[in-house]
Amino acid sequence: MAAVAAQRVKLTALSAHMRLALYAVLILVFVVFPLVWILFLAPTTGTGATTFGSAVHDPKDFLITLLNGIFGLMRVVNMAHGAFFLLGGYIALKLQRQLVGQGSVFGLTSDQVTLVHWLYPVLIGTVIVALIGLLMQQVFLRWNQGQDLRQALITIAISIILADLMLPGYKGLGGGIAQDISWPKTFDKFVNLHVSGIQYTLTRLVILGIAVGIGVSLTVWLKWTRTGMVIRAGVDDRAMVSALGINIQLTFAIAFVVGSALAGLGGVIGGSFASLAPGVDANWLLYSLVVVIIGGMGSLGGAAVGSLLLGLTGNFSAAYLPSNYTYYSIIFTFVLVAVVLAVKPLGLFGRPA
Amino acid sequence: MTVPVSADRIVGAGALLAAILAPFYLSSYWVGTLLTQMLFLGIVAASLIFLSAYGGMVSLAQVAVYGIAGFVLGNATTNGNTKGLNLGWSPWIGIVLGIVIAVAIGLLFGALASRSVGIYFLMITLTYSVIANLFFSQVTDLSGFGGISGIRAPNVIGNVEAHQNRLYYVALVTAFGVYLLLRYLVRTPFGLTLQGVRDDPVRMASLGYNVPLHRTVAFGFASLIAAIGGILFVWWNGHVDPASIDLGATIDVLVIAVLGGLYRLEGAWIGALLFVIVNNYSQRIGFIGDRFHTLIGAIFLAIVLVSPSGMIGLWERALSLFSGRRRGPLDRNPIEVGPAEPSV
Repeated sequence: MAAVAAQRVKLTALSAHMRLALYAVLILVFVVFPLVWILFLAPTTGTGATTFGSAVHDPKDFLITLLNGIFGLMRVVNMAHGAFFLLGGYIALKLQRQLVGQGSVFGLTSDQVTLVHWLYPVLIGTVIVALIGLLMQQVFLRWNQGQDLRQALITIAISIILADLMLPGYKGLGGGIAQDISWPKTFDKFVNLHVSGIQYTLTRLVILGIAVGIGVSLTVWLKWTRTGMVIRAGVDDRAMVSALGINIQLTFAIAFVVGSALAGLGGVIGGSFASLAPGVDANWLLYSLVVVIIGGMGSLGGAAVGSLLLGLTGNFSAAYLPSNYTYYSIIFTFVLVAVVLAVKPLGLFGRPA
Repeated sequence: MTVPVSADRIVGAGALLAAILAPFYLSSYWVGTLLTQMLFLGIVAASLIFLSAYGGMVSLAQVAVYGIAGFVLGNATTNGNTKGLNLGWSPWIGIVLGIVIAVAIGLLFGALASRSVGIYFLMITLTYSVIANLFFSQVTDLSGFGGISGIRAPNVIGNVEAHQNRLYYVALVTAFGVYLLLRYLVRTPFGLTLQGVRDDPVRMASLGYNVPLHRTVAFGFASLIAAIGGILFVWWNGHVDPASIDLGATIDVLVIAVLGGLYRLEGAWIGALLFVIVNNYSQRIGFIGDRFHTLIGAIFLAIVLVSPSGMIGLWERALSLFSGRRRGPLDRNPIEVGPAEPSV
């Protein structure tokens, strides 16, 4: 307690100007610079995946922001996030194959897929995962709020079960080969950005749009609506909010549904962009863990900055390492985590519970 | 001493005797496969239980450390015909090198996570674990996806297939040594301070103790134990690949520790025994078949929901029924206790 209080004092002791300057520098370094780089300076060699531009146009960054809904919303660490992600993708994949009704083990091509064939699985996958999340919260997590570790272990148990049950399903779909959800023809093309003549895939812009849209609406929801305020208050002091006559259980259930839905949606979009296979959930879990550790728990802005940093680090290190050593780039992810933890144990934007 | 303790002692001595005599009344499959596996998995789980019971840190990085020791040993001792560096050094150098490197990395891991507690600590250590797995699957110089095979135990143990009892006894002696060492450690001034740090880090800090340093040293020590387990694993398996330290393996060790009881060292081997038995025999049950992980997940879920103190908790509860005494150290169980205040 004393240490926490001391830290607060230290923080306020930093003058308002200094903090403003600090934030300005951070924003400049991590947001403005990459944007300028991408738009004006990055080599314009078509769509080459290893150009500098790839560091930011990797939609993974933005997906992770989606994924982090629940971490940020309620401080419940849902370790089943990776499994939810995979489940959302799996449902959508299966549904799309059935809707289109053709295609081989190698999947569909975008010519066969219309916008409806994509939107419908997106919707259903998201809704089903949201419902499963709600079920999990009501049955397993509701009655032991405050026991962080127990909740985390429960979600780990559920993720083991879900991931294992999905295995035969995936095997049935593609014989163990990674599968992807096909983009509709509408999105699967290049557009001219009219900036130095860059041709850019529309799919990435769609992902970017969805991610930014969700990020903005989440922020608005949490900051300015009544439900959002109750959620934030409930995270800080559940008993007090409850004593004020607010149905905190309902609010938390809503938050959990939203978080799970985001994980499911992330899975569908991730499955469209990359591919889905058993075991992929570990990668996605790593991304979301790193983002939360870097950004700090309970902060949407932290999640955004964290995912940007993670994406930049991964791609820049892979691009700059000598070609024989590209696969060492995973070390830089660790270095990133290490540096942040050494300086700020609670993450860049984290605050004590 | 009180009644429960003496009952513990009797059962413990009986279990040890049963373990020593096991090769005489059990099939070589049981001894060479199940019990040896139980012993080294128990050692790794014991390192996790030590951290959680006495340091208040539930770490998911134990399997990563265990794997690092195994990969170093593999790289150092094989010569030719497999992936990795194939340095071809003596197995003894390999052991020392494996343990030293694993402990050094463990100390680094611990130092970085030492200012975090509870769920945050869990996340950080899980990250270590996933990174270690990805590192060894991507870096083909050291291992690559297929891993290192043909790793031999030292000549004293000889061919593990041919002399299954030798490795079993080595593992048994090591496990018992680890158990005694940990029991001793928690009674030293360092161990007592560590328990103080677990219970009230802020107070310990204001008394002048260096809280992060204590956590780091404890983590380094747990890494030593996990590394020993890793060496035994590699000898037993003869092969190490990234899949042996993947997310599933990490969670398996967590399951073992929780099954046994996260707050007493003995729980590690009890949980490990249950785990290997379920792992081995569930495949013969028709409707479970390949879905072993669903079964383990369900058991894990049931334990966390119904009896978070695991098998050891059931045992203590049974004892307290007979003696009508206090519930014992159940209230120490980290799953049921909220996280300590962060000390920054």
